[in-house]
Amino acid sequence: MSEREVNMRVWRGDANGGNFEKYSLASQEGEVVLDVIHRIQATQAPDLACRWNCKAGKCGSCSAEINGKPSLMCMTRMDELPEGDVVVAPMKTFPILRDLVTDVSFNYEVAKRVPAFQPPPPPEDGYRMQQVDIQRGQEFRKCIECFLCQDVCHVIRDHEENKPAYAGPRFFIRYAELEMHPLDTNDRREFVRQKAGLGMCNITKCCTEVCPEHIKITDNAIIPLKERVVDAAYDPIAWLGRKVRQKRKLTPEEAVGTVSHDVATDPDS
Amino acid sequence: MTSVENASVTPVTLGGTRGGPDTTTLRRDHWWLQPAVTFSVLTSFVVYSSWAAFVNKDYYVGAQAHRDLLSPFYSPCITSSCVPGSHPSHVITWWSLSPALLILIVPLGFRLTCYYYRKAYYRSFWWSPPACGVADAHGSYSGESRFPLILQNVHRWFFYLGLILNVILTIDAIMAFREPGIGIGVSVGTLVLCANAAFLWVYSISCHACRHLCGGQVKRFSEHPLRYRLWKIVTPLNARHMQIAWTSLVFVALTDLYVRLVASGVIHDPRLF
Ligand code: SF4
Ligand code: SF4
Ligand code: FES
Ligand code: FES
Repeated sequence: MSEREVNMRVWRGDANGGNFEKYSLASQEGEVVLDVIHRIQATQAPDLACRWNCKAGKCGSCSAEINGKPSLMCMTRMDELPEGDVVVAPMKTFPILRDLVTDVSFNYEVAKRVPAFQPPPPPEDGYRMQQVDIQRGQEFRKCIECFLCQDVCHVIRDHEENKPAYAGPRFFIRYAELEMHPLDTNDRREFVRQKAGLGMCNITKCCTEVCPEHIKITDNAIIPLKERVVDAAYDPIAWLGRKVRQKRKLTPEEAVGTVSHDVATDPDS
Repeated sequence: MTSVENASVTPVTLGGTRGGPDTTTLRRDHWWLQPAVTFSVLTSFVVYSSWAAFVNKDYYVGAQAHRDLLSPFYSPCITSSCVPGSHPSHVITWWSLSPALLILIVPLGFRLTCYYYRKAYYRSFWWSPPACGVADAHGSYSGESRFPLILQNVHRWFFYLGLILNVILTIDAIMAFREPGIGIGVSVGTLVLCANAAFLWVYSISCHACRHLCGGQVKRFSEHPLRYRLWKIVTPLNARHMQIAWTSLVFVALTDLYVRLVASGVIHDPRLF
């Protein structure tokens, strides 16, 4: 097996500051960035912090920015990177804990705000769903919650102030999945427009570019959601129809029914 | 219970100190290449089409040349200043500028609000962001949630108008088989107009609004088999919307150029059969 010498520039630091440290070491053929990070830990910097679990691209723990691109360390082969230093930095959008490890709890807070799945009362013979009705949502179930899409999304990456009112691509696929679910009765369109910041996304597709599960986040979730929002809020014919039938437009709260937004886990309740 | 209206905001403290490297980008590849190419091609198109729309001549090859070729930039030619033979009988008389300026509102609005072109110009013209992992060039950002960009939501209405235009351009393409004084025939110009109409149809059909209206908006496909079938036809085209958008954009400009060159006598439109 052939070996080559590589120069790694790894971010070392915490909330108080940090810098790129240089590590030169041998990398074997077929290795991924995470292998090399582990060898640095084993041979040169035992206190280097990194998070990982599966080394198979399935747990979503090892997210980092490799040569400036949000990627999974365990799925990025060393021999696919260009010659020269390999720069490894923590995800930019989330606060750093130490070295390559960031605190991604922003995402868990956002998750709590998604109005929950609400099926109708169960029929006597139980719920039934057909495969054609459920298949669109299945793509979104592939998500491994690596949060690379959240990291790359410029709405919060470059504008911290948008975080409070923005769900982000990972949760737009969740909204889309629920909206397309054949048994769900909630209508989240006004919610996603007014409270989850769907309008902030300018469909520049970086989330789709980085998703290691190749989920077509923009084409299959965000744009369909935007079109649903047009149905609900920006379609003059639908508006006229509501006027004629003297139907009031529901507030986002009414539209999502009386369903609790995960009351039990909501820290604000 | 937390109601939607008073749902508290995600504490910004979660943002906390980011702590990682604070740079515009750490990318080491040629990330600027794609926005640069997009910028150049779109700018060239805008410059060419503005010139073509303002010059107000050489957009129609008529009976003298035994042809019936109308540039897509000037179709339907509905103002009284249109050259004879190029327009239908009901015309707008109060418009004195180039008819193209009136007609191009529809394709311009359709392309400007297209989900793909939005991505293209937000990245290459507005740098918001120029490329993935490269910092947005603006201090504050509200995306498409406020005026004027909230108007992007009218895309669907331009889609409908675009369909009407496609029908008109298809009629133009059929008319291009007429060779006044000779009969019916096929020239290079006929094929150019036919291909242009075909590309525009594919562009419209692959549109995201079309995909939604065909079937994307239904919750249960099993209850709408016809709409499901339509959705299944549109979906693979929709996945290639970017490529189709570029092809049809370039082709529409080439179609205008071809008609223009023939109309101005620079080239002759060869008859094929
Ligand atoms: S497409 Fe929208 S959600 Fe995805 S990264 Fe871009 S702005 Fe963010
Ligand atoms: S959608 Fe893709 S990029 Fe985003 S968290 Fe899920 S797997 Fe990661
Ligand atoms: S270690 Fe599990 S995804 Fe990389
Ligand atoms: S034409 Fe591009 S999305 Fe509609």
